[in-house]
Amino acid sequence: MIEIKNISKSFEGKTILENISGVFEKGKTNLIIGASGTGKSVLLKCIVGLIPPESGTVYYDGRDFTHADRDLKTEVRREIGMLFQGVALFDSMNVQDNVKFPLDILTEVPEAEKLDRVNFCLQRVGLENINRRMPAELSGGMKKRVGIARAIVNNSQYLFCDEPNSGLDPQTSILIDDLIKEITDELNITTIVVTHDMNSVIGIGDHILFLYKGHKLWEGSNNNILETDVKELRDFVFANKVMKKLS
Amino acid sequence: MLKRVGKYILFIYSLFRNRETLITYVRRTIDEAILIGVNSLILVAIVSTFIGAVTTVQTANNLVSPFVPAFVISTVVRDMTVLELAPTITCIVLAGKVGSNIAGSLGTMRITEQIDALEVMGINASSYLVFPKIIAAMLMFPLLVIIAGFLSIYGGYLAGTLTNMITSEDYVYGIRLDFNRYNVIFALIKSVVFAYLISSISAYQGFYTKGGALEVGIASTTAVTNSCIAVLLADYVLAQLLM
Repeated sequence: MIEIKNISKSFEGKTILENISGVFEKGKTNLIIGASGTGKSVLLKCIVGLIPPESGTVYYDGRDFTHADRDLKTEVRREIGMLFQGVALFDSMNVQDNVKFPLDILTEVPEAEKLDRVNFCLQRVGLENINRRMPAELSGGMKKRVGIARAIVNNSQYLFCDEPNSGLDPQTSILIDDLIKEITDELNITTIVVTHDMNSVIGIGDHILFLYKGHKLWEGSNNNILETDVKELRDFVFANKVMKKLS
Repeated sequence: MLKRVGKYILFIYSLFRNRETLITYVRRTIDEAILIGVNSLILVAIVSTFIGAVTTVQTANNLVSPFVPAFVISTVVRDMTVLELAPTITCIVLAGKVGSNIAGSLGTMRITEQIDALEVMGINASSYLVFPKIIAAMLMFPLLVIIAGFLSIYGGYLAGTLTNMITSEDYVYGIRLDFNRYNVIFALIKSVVFAYLISSISAYQGFYTKGGALEVGIASTTAVTNSCIAVLLADYVLAQLLM
């Protein structure tokens, strides 16, 4: 479980996040949603520690991550897997080495065991026999799946996905969403997904946190988001013509 | 300016914190040594051979007095090569090749979130990525400078003997005349210092790149410019201190 308390952040005097609090439970697909520029990615980076929040605290299963010493931070980070918006695969390494990388650096298990784990993870995300391919030779959807495989290879307890559907066609987007949901359920991990894709919201949003201009305006799930009375959220949800027909 | 110097010092300090295992650094350093050293060999060979040849031709053309013996040409070529051309010019050439490569690759890794990915995994990205580059440069630059020195003198030999500006015997005699071993040590000290400056300055520029492809290009250019200035300043300081 991840808990955030009163997270605030500003850049050059401009407030990006203000007093954001929330609890992201284990085994659930937690979504942070909102329009572009509302601070979703900044909040995610504050949670994983890439950007230090100005105030507030992030707890990983009760461990104060924000004020932790270097050793504790490293310990927590080694339990984190993250799928970046641009995937962030290492260009100079092939698929196998990319996925194996966390095991090479963070563990001392024998090579054969590492390869078994890599193949298992690649198989789990639906990719086989592409171990020797370079990232540049993969399609957008394949890259995302390799990114997911890398994120879970080290038995991560926390999975973060920043806009996992960006740049993907609708069918591949659904495939990636389903994969994230399945992995969360199977591994019983805490997953946080930043998205503005309504298909993801309806499809996998066990728990949803809606940000608007740096504030948390609404919290709920995909079961009750369509019945919301919050005007800003309705504007966001029903901006899409297809969704508008549902309203 | 002071802020940037402070940030650079903190960056260098960060290389020594929260390190990975020794074997990780050994592997990375070998990879970087190939990239920095072996891949630069042809460029260094071409540049140094021609610089030696040109130095010989120009020295010969300026020493036209019958009172100046021909072997002086190779003595001049030797001292210029060992003291300046091999270490300084080679390192300036390497600042262009290696420096821009380091800044460009780190800058690209930064803007494509690859550095963030390392940080999220709990890896000290600066130490993991940059430390092996600096060590590899400090190991490979002296070797490249030694090769450059030999090839420069040999280039001079070829240019001088093939054009009949100097005989083979005179050239070899001039090369051996009053040879000062300390000059070679001085050249190697310079190459290690230059290697550190070029690799660390370029890594600093690349590591803190912000923006997109345009900024990566700017970081590479700045890295080369700053490295060259630093090399020339260090060259002067080292000459004052060690000669």
